[in-house]
Amino acid sequence: MDEKLFHSLFYEMLRIRIVEEKIADLYPEQEMRCPIHLCIGEEAIAVGVCANLKNRDIVMSNHRSHGHYLAKGGDLKALIAELYGKSTGCSRGRGGSMHLIDLSVNFWGSTSIVGGTIPMAVGTAFGSRLKNQDTITVVFFGDGAVEEGVFHESLNFASLKNLPVLFICVNDLFSVYTHISLRQPSRSIFSLAKAHGMEAYEGDGNNVFEVYEMAKKAIKSIREGKGPVFIELSTYRWLEHCGPCYDNNLGYRQETEFNHWKSRCPLENLKKIMLKKDMITNDQIKLMKEKISNEMNEAVSLAKSSPFPDKSTLAQYVYS
Amino acid sequence: MDNNNRELKYGEAIREAIDLCMEKDPSVYIMGEGVPDPKGIFGTTLNLVDKYGPDRVMDMPISENGMTGICIGTALTGMRPIMTHQRVDFVLLAMDQIINNASKWHYMFGGKSNVPIVIRLIIGRGWGQGPQHSQSLQAWFAHVPGLKVVMPTTPYDAKGLLISSIEDNNPVIFIEHRWLYNISEHVPEGVYRVPIGQARVIREGNDLTIVSTSYMTMEALRAAEILAAKGIRVEVIDVRTLKPLDEGSILKSVRKTGRLIVTDTGWKTCGFSSEIVALVAEKSFSDLKSPPVRIALPDFPAPSTPALAAHYYPIAADIVVNAMRMLGLGTDSIPMRTTTSVPLDVPDISFKGPF
Repeated sequence: MDEKLFHSLFYEMLRIRIVEEKIADLYPEQEMRCPIHLCIGEEAIAVGVCANLKNRDIVMSNHRSHGHYLAKGGDLKALIAELYGKSTGCSRGRGGSMHLIDLSVNFWGSTSIVGGTIPMAVGTAFGSRLKNQDTITVVFFGDGAVEEGVFHESLNFASLKNLPVLFICVNDLFSVYTHISLRQPSRSIFSLAKAHGMEAYEGDGNNVFEVYEMAKKAIKSIREGKGPVFIELSTYRWLEHCGPCYDNNLGYRQETEFNHWKSRCPLENLKKIMLKKDMITNDQIKLMKEKISNEMNEAVSLAKSSPFPDKSTLAQYVYS
Repeated sequence: MDNNNRELKYGEAIREAIDLCMEKDPSVYIMGEGVPDPKGIFGTTLNLVDKYGPDRVMDMPISENGMTGICIGTALTGMRPIMTHQRVDFVLLAMDQIINNASKWHYMFGGKSNVPIVIRLIIGRGWGQGPQHSQSLQAWFAHVPGLKVVMPTTPYDAKGLLISSIEDNNPVIFIEHRWLYNISEHVPEGVYRVPIGQARVIREGNDLTIVSTSYMTMEALRAAEILAAKGIRVEVIDVRTLKPLDEGSILKSVRKTGRLIVTDTGWKTCGFSSEIVALVAEKSFSDLKSPPVRIALPDFPAPSTPALAAHYYPIAADIVVNAMRMLGLGTDSIPMRTTTSVPLDVPDISFKGPF
């Protein structure tokens, strides 16, 4: 991997981290009046996968989608304005945090019903096939989604039709407060995809190189027409399921488990490696942070000063 | 030149609409359990696979929810899917994708994306279809903003409305009734459109308004004939589109007649007939000369045996009796349903099962 790629992966991960932290800081002001599901601790998956995509490739996602949206190149200002419910938001305030879209980079939508975009992503891949377009689709979803029937229906069809779709399962162990061991038997998730007849691997979702290389291999295979690929990536949700706070005080998970995962912070670990290999300096990191913070502050100012949608537009967009 | 004598059956009219749309627009495709099979969904998709190939005329795995999401996904890429379910009951497995995704996609992304999809659902009654093969759930769909709901009665409307539905940029629920498939009338060749959102006054009259959906329009017309023989002139309005509803046509008729019977193929409680009565009560109450009446299904599942089904489904005689009462006339001379010689579990006496 070249140094430029290291820098770019680091920068994109840092950007997502800073954006999410700033959202968490500002959330108590109660001006962002929609549920937020932050992805702090899970940045490597979004960045490592999307770094392999072309603009024309399609991404769909779930409720925890800020990172996926930004990693695909989604407009930051439109994201923040959407959280503030403003007319300049990416969904003109109709969607909020759980319904992001940026068609200019082919981020085709995130939704809030678990598993809801999995068949749609298989459908966009099917549509690309029917229209003879050289496009692949990536869909991000959590470990909970594999418990939905529609997950299996989608994998069955993707495999049957050999479709150009990459399934990324972000396994962060928890569905709200419920550990995966209470929801699924002790078998791997990716083995389910194998049973559906497709290539499937598992990897460390906190190691951006591993994610990057795994996605690269998968996407190459998909582009060669070898059919869908499934990747299960293990990671951990640092904050509460929904909201800006840490919630280990609730007792649903062990502090030791949390600390173990925090010590495996995808961003810190990458930083250590890059510093050790003299690929980056602390001054460069400082400059990056300043640049991102300025960008984020500007997005927040713009969002705050933007108008709300006018009441006369309440019934708009019901029909196309 | 149109052949003015050409008659098509309802099912043939639907097939022709699909054929014409596929011919003129390569993004149109049709998918559903049994679509390319030898029976071709009551003939509505017969031999289309020979003309357009298996990439545009597709069978599907028995995965109603997943396949609906997949069709929605293809719609985002610019395809125009026609999904087909042989029974409305099967689509209950796909309500998540229809209600949570298709109906809201345009709105929840601020108008930036839209889902052009037609979902054909077939409803029916009789011949022992029973509790899970003969429901009539149009009210569920008509309840949801963002969907359009179409229920044609005649072959002409079936073709024209299906073409409009396929060309529409929104999700359209297109509901067909099995008992209508053998009805025939003159259907013009080539592409024509019946606009979504317009009711049709299918018979004019001044004494009483019957607002009807789908197959119940046929029963309403039969009732109108019987009443006409008694000098009562009934106006029958075939709703055609349940959502968006043509309120104007209904209110105009009620203002003229002052009397309203609504007859629907679904259940009465919280059903579509209730919506029409509520509409008239809210917007035209003072025009009513008597309380409106709903003639729809009673509050229990459809029984399979013909012995019970005969007493479950409303027929023309029920409409006639209610109309006579509403007009303050005696009902002694009306042939009651128990004395009718027509079998009540098939569309007509020529029918030989199974459906």
